[in-house]
Amino acid sequence: MSRRPFTPKVVTANDLLEGDAVWLTSDDQWTRDISEAELIEDEAIAQDRLFFAMSQPNVVVGAYLAESKASDNGPAPTHFRETFRTRGPSNYAHGKQAGV
Amino acid sequence: MYTYNDFDENFIRERNAQFRAQVERRIDGSLTEDEFKPLRLMNGLYLQLHAYMLRVAIPYGTLNSSQMHKLADIADRWDKGYGHFTTRQNIQYNWPKLKDVPDMLDALGEVGMHAIQTSGNTIRNVTADHFAGAAADEIEDPRPVAELLRQWSTDHPEFQFLPRKFKIAVTGSPNDRAVTKAHDIGLRMVRNDMDEPGYEVIVGGGLGRTPVVGKVIRDFLPKEDLLPYCEAIVSVYNLLGRRDNKYKARIKITVAENGLEKIRELVEKRFGELRPEFNGFDQNLLSKIEAQFAPPDFRTASTNGYDAHRAANPAFRSWSDTNLAGHRAPGYAIVSISLKAHGATPGDATSEQMRVLARLAKDLGHDELRISHEQNVILPHVHKSDLPALYATLRDHGLATANIGLVSDIIACPGMDYCALATARSIPVAQEIATRFDELKLEHEIGALKIKISGCINACGHHHVGHIGILGLDRAGVESYQITLGGDGTETATVGERAGPGFSAEEIVPAIERLIAAYLDIRESHDETFLETYRRVGLPPFKAALYPEKEAANAA
Repeated sequence: MSRRPFTPKVVTANDLLEGDAVWLTSDDQWTRDISEAELIEDEAIAQDRLFFAMSQPNVVVGAYLAESKASDNGPAPTHFRETFRTRGPSNYAHGKQAGV
Repeated sequence: MYTYNDFDENFIRERNAQFRAQVERRIDGSLTEDEFKPLRLMNGLYLQLHAYMLRVAIPYGTLNSSQMHKLADIADRWDKGYGHFTTRQNIQYNWPKLKDVPDMLDALGEVGMHAIQTSGNTIRNVTADHFAGAAADEIEDPRPVAELLRQWSTDHPEFQFLPRKFKIAVTGSPNDRAVTKAHDIGLRMVRNDMDEPGYEVIVGGGLGRTPVVGKVIRDFLPKEDLLPYCEAIVSVYNLLGRRDNKYKARIKITVAENGLEKIRELVEKRFGELRPEFNGFDQNLLSKIEAQFAPPDFRTASTNGYDAHRAANPAFRSWSDTNLAGHRAPGYAIVSISLKAHGATPGDATSEQMRVLARLAKDLGHDELRISHEQNVILPHVHKSDLPALYATLRDHGLATANIGLVSDIIACPGMDYCALATARSIPVAQEIATRFDELKLEHEIGALKIKISGCINACGHHHVGHIGILGLDRAGVESYQITLGGDGTETATVGERAGPGFSAEEIVPAIERLIAAYLDIRESHDETFLETYRRVGLPPFKAALYPEKEAANAA
């Protein structure tokens, strides 16, 4: 049975208190900048990192693995939904884009 | 308007205190998210794409000025200085912090408002005609009954865990402005042969994944039978509705799978059991509620100033042509205030605008405001002699857009700019369509046209009942917009027909432009609306306009 090759992922969730998008870094911290996240290229490691995220229910909510790709500036989203999560809504300069 | 009594106030205070403790326990780690989520949803708190979102109920869309002032204060103190009015006559705050939500709920409680049952598998905010109590075509004000239903359904012990959410809408007019046929229960006030007021009861309507126009389960229900009959419907649904599949759990599916006849039989049987238990208490309560909805003291004054101002001021005339509706009291008008300035986010109001609206309501509108399901604000009772002053103030605050019922008066759900369920964005599409048609200066030439946009199949933007409906989907990782045509949300409710393959974000506005150009070309006269033309000629000419390449290929 052929399996689709594993594609790179980041672990992402929403912050419990603020509710905004956060990403897991390689040193077990949560960052608000996806480019600082850990880009995971191995399926077993991805599962392991997701379990780690899920073991922090008092820090984050709804952790999941999101498709991502390497860029010159660290991990970057591949799907438009994940892109929106890195910046905020398109009708006002609110959310993460407000701080840029 | 209904004013909370001691019972209501204590109930809200107690409920807010409970939720405050639940939030504290979530933050200190005593509650897991799985445990907390149903509790926060019961209190209207969602977790969305970028932040938490608090959905506050505006029962049957009615507010007084102090409530509107409070909504503005909450927006400034705990949010980003604005609020979003929704298609269910609610207001949503897009940026609250978890720890602040109990304070927001306490602030709401101070003006008799709450966020209870704005989420979850319960009976949601009861919606009503936004012209209730003012409309010239009305049999009776539906709001006392909506309030009775609100009191009956709030915290109803039997109906806290229904198979799925349950929405009720009421209208007191033959012209249905409350989309009653797209609700789980729709109630239309009618009179029987003896001229007694009662209800036509519609069941099993809904939009979403499976759009269904509701069916009449009882063509005349005497007024005093309303609560036991509604209780019978919800009780039958509670037992029969499917809990194995979320997508088959709404009552519209229960009705489709069992047949209207069987549902009617079960409801009538249950009604027979329940009716004797309602021995008049509900009717006493209703008459007390009705007293609180007594019409304001309408004044008598000359409207000569209004007529003169209309004659002298073309902008005012244009606004009064589109934004006013007929009032039952002589000399009065119903004023619709557009929250759809060209290029703005449909349904959003800044705290400053909310305060202006509250002051105008207090000074010139008998202290009443309404929120429409079309995401506009209504001042239901304004004497025509006050309209010039009202208009001048509205204009100073970006609230005088003369577009009610026109192409730029678009309903749009928050879409993927905010909503975690969305599959594409809605707001930018609405902004671009409105901006484009404003540039073309064609809006008034086009006339009555309802465009409704949803950012996912759940259809909060009512796209199925838009004359032009737009549904945003994710097609292989790209936003794609599907067009439906010929939908109608009034008493002649119809689900729109899919026009064909979807359009990309770049293609959707030009596609809408082609569609409307085709309409202008083929309408029989200036008076034939888009919907009338569509009903006359059907899909083909519009399809040809939407997909010219295909048309060319077929011709070749």
